[in-house]
Amino acid sequence: MASNRVLVVGGGLAGLSATMKLAELGIPVDLLSLTPVKRSHSVCAQGGINSVNDQTRQQGDNEWNHFDDTIYGGDFLQNQPPVKEMAYWAPKVIDLMDRLGVTFNRTPEGFIDRRRFGGTLYKRTAFAGATTGQQLLYALDEQVRRHEASGLVKKYEFWDFLGPVLDDAGRCVGAVAQDMVSMQIRSFPADAVVVATGGCGLVYGRSTMSVFCTGSAASRCFQAGAKYGNGEFIQVHPTAIPGADKLRLMSESARGEGGRVWVPRKPNDTRPPKSIPESERYYFLEERFPKYGNLVPRDIATREIFNICVNEGLSVDPNRMCVYLDLTHISRAELDRKLGGILEIYEKFQGVDPRDEPMKIFPAVHYSMGGLWVDYEANSEGGLVPGSPRNQCTSIPGLYAIGECDYQYHGANRLGANSLLSCIFSGLFIGPGIVNWIKSNKASADLPKSLYERAVGVEEARHKKLLSNTNGGENPYLIHQELGDIMTRSATVVRYNDQLIDAYSKVTQMAEQASRCSLADTGNWTNQNVIFTKALQDMFPVAECILKGALMRDESRGAHYKPDFSMPSLTSTDPAARRREAEQWCDAFDENTRKYLKSSVCTWKGNEPDLKFEDIDTRLLPPRPRLYGLVGAEVIEQVWKERAEAKAREKASAPKELVGSA
Amino acid sequence: MIASGPEADQKRRPSKINVRVLRQDGPGLPPYWERHRVDYEPDMNVISVLQKIAAQARTSEGKSVTPVAWDCGCLEEVCGSCTMVINGRVRQSCSALVDRLLEDNPDEIELSPMTKFPVVRDLVIDRSRLFHSLKRVQAWVPVDGYYDMGAGPRISRDAQEQNYPLSQCMSCGCCLEACPQFNKVELQRNPGESDEDFTKRKEAAYETEFIGAHAISQAMLFNSHPVAKSLEKERMETLTSTGGIQACGNAQNCVSVCPKEIPLTTSIARAGRAATVYAFKKIFDR
Repeated sequence: MASNRVLVVGGGLAGLSATMKLAELGIPVDLLSLTPVKRSHSVCAQGGINSVNDQTRQQGDNEWNHFDDTIYGGDFLQNQPPVKEMAYWAPKVIDLMDRLGVTFNRTPEGFIDRRRFGGTLYKRTAFAGATTGQQLLYALDEQVRRHEASGLVKKYEFWDFLGPVLDDAGRCVGAVAQDMVSMQIRSFPADAVVVATGGCGLVYGRSTMSVFCTGSAASRCFQAGAKYGNGEFIQVHPTAIPGADKLRLMSESARGEGGRVWVPRKPNDTRPPKSIPESERYYFLEERFPKYGNLVPRDIATREIFNICVNEGLSVDPNRMCVYLDLTHISRAELDRKLGGILEIYEKFQGVDPRDEPMKIFPAVHYSMGGLWVDYEANSEGGLVPGSPRNQCTSIPGLYAIGECDYQYHGANRLGANSLLSCIFSGLFIGPGIVNWIKSNKASADLPKSLYERAVGVEEARHKKLLSNTNGGENPYLIHQELGDIMTRSATVVRYNDQLIDAYSKVTQMAEQASRCSLADTGNWTNQNVIFTKALQDMFPVAECILKGALMRDESRGAHYKPDFSMPSLTSTDPAARRREAEQWCDAFDENTRKYLKSSVCTWKGNEPDLKFEDIDTRLLPPRPRLYGLVGAEVIEQVWKERAEAKAREKASAPKELVGSA
Repeated sequence: MIASGPEADQKRRPSKINVRVLRQDGPGLPPYWERHRVDYEPDMNVISVLQKIAAQARTSEGKSVTPVAWDCGCLEEVCGSCTMVINGRVRQSCSALVDRLLEDNPDEIELSPMTKFPVVRDLVIDRSRLFHSLKRVQAWVPVDGYYDMGAGPRISRDAQEQNYPLSQCMSCGCCLEACPQFNKVELQRNPGESDEDFTKRKEAAYETEFIGAHAISQAMLFNSHPVAKSLEKERMETLTSTGGIQACGNAQNCVSVCPKEIPLTTSIARAGRAATVYAFKKIFDR
């Protein structure tokens, strides 16, 4: 297969693990990235990476539980086979990263130390201080450099992916990209293209994401015909440090290591936090969620913090909304060993030492659960068929998506420390499938040159048009700011249909406005102005998927919360009435599941997305209510359990009647 | 530590910030200073200043200009992208807070590109040499492959605590900018030269130049790993050849400018001792 090549776009955890696995399988790889791959956004991941381990196993944990937590935490919105496969691979992924030299924190005896993360009761999370993403990325970067030194990998850093190249049959046979230094546009013929281009946080203006995370690469695939799934599911992280240019993440590991979230019970209490006595502090997560405490899943923690500031008026700062995240009860030595990296970030950017003073934090847009729709091939045990070319393949044959830019693993809400896992897992797992895809297809090297020339021509025309558009009058940076404001207001923690309708119409207007951008730089050397403007224009299709999905999904699920369509708490105090309410609640839940336990899948129609709901593969775990903190949860749970048992009995007796009819 | 009232703050805040940027339109072209003025806002950093400069694209004299080009990524000082020289000091522009800079010099903020790397444009520089150095010291664990082979070797907590700080190096280049022994290598592209040929020629030029503190430290990190140790000889060969450890003049600037406070001079001292041992071994093994 000497003439075969694969193009990997994006050099974060997913892109690098795919690259090194393909190199191991002997496939030459072109690795294309907006930035030197060592600087990819994965460096910002802090807390850790999840897997079942020897210790949790002996406490009753196993891979199935990790799978179950991930599905339950994601509110059942995932197709289950890929998630199962990931959970079962997790211990192997951590073993591999350990062998690659990742400096995981160690127990006194020299084993990998673990911490607890949200949405689980087990200590599954391996970590390297509070810079786990950085440490994992560096280990993969080193391996890829090794393959680069041996000549199997060729890096194209500071290159912008402009879109896939499709042949006449609609198969992806390469891509067009632009050198961000010389501005040269050229094609990259490839037998398969893997996009591993991360999330789309910049659609919201400020988020916890890096400046590269515009979503434009995914959008370019989407506009070329790839489907986009579950766009409306955007994770808002409960704890971030507000800033003028960026909302900096304060990792969940701060709570995993014992950090406590609180506000003074008295509104507008101006006393310094340390002088407020314990009895006058409201540890609202611990009080409302006694089982999980500060480690409830992210969507729940975010809503509670938002609610305590917005609706209950208990923000700790009169000028901006925030709550305390308190670590001051933990010893400095322990904090430095386990959380050093993130505490330094707080100290550097806020000028306050969080070892002495509680931090002030507020939720921020953090992760895109949705992304490019991808396929999978399930095996008889409900996991995946290894080596199947269908795994991670977008709706364009030969175009693969992995990592945060696919929609596959996290459903309606991602559990902390599962993203690093999904990135590395999907990157490693995809390798053999791509090899099989290549084997069964005509090599891109044998395709006519004109196919690529045509694709380059389209992009050159777009580029030239932008540079020559001197009297359009629109400023791309200001449009971006406005887009961010609209998206943040209408499609984050709490969503209302009237606001979404309004936002959608504004955003479609702005998309048109963005096409009239005039550039302050019309040169052809390191023109960041034109690169940014293209990215901005391509944010709109993604923004429209997010808004349309949010609008059409009249329910609350995970990160998508619509008060007008939420399942209420029980109100009766009389046991019999409460029981009746619980029965009705379960009926309503079933009805909602039938209607909305579906992926929203968008197709680009030239100027706007067309949305269809698609069934979800729940072959392993039947959906059940997610009841964190709901009043009356015990009764609902009881009713639910009885119904489930009844169903199971029915199922057990059913096959006998069916014998002979098959 | 206690925040003063908004009124007291207001008095100290200027309404505008003056920024002086050293610009350069492309490789080999003459650099020139340009003044910009942007609105002050609370909690600004140099990134938000540069964002404003890009959005207005106009000098303080009102002349329309192209936006200043600069590199940035994570904006929280873990990616290393946005390194530049700010008021004479090399650092990341994301963690350079405007209020702090104005305390030192209320009149102006001065931005210029790093001087030890070729300028691509304005504040964007070409740091490919830095990554090439990581190849020179083979900064990786030479594992058999990526199949499941069980866990890695047991590592003591002490070893992890020694290695983790070294592993936090984000290849920003501050240590190289501050080093008196690290000199700029700048090649001009020949007419008609392809990207590949130009890269090859650059890499050949890097090969004999000083490798720098960051790469020495990475060599020590991997030499202390139970498996990566197997390449110790090759790494020591690099460190004892031209551009290796002997080029270090022990100025100790590297450690004082490292934003991650990596104990670079400790790594250099370790490398120096290892180099001596290696040189002796080489003589006696002959």
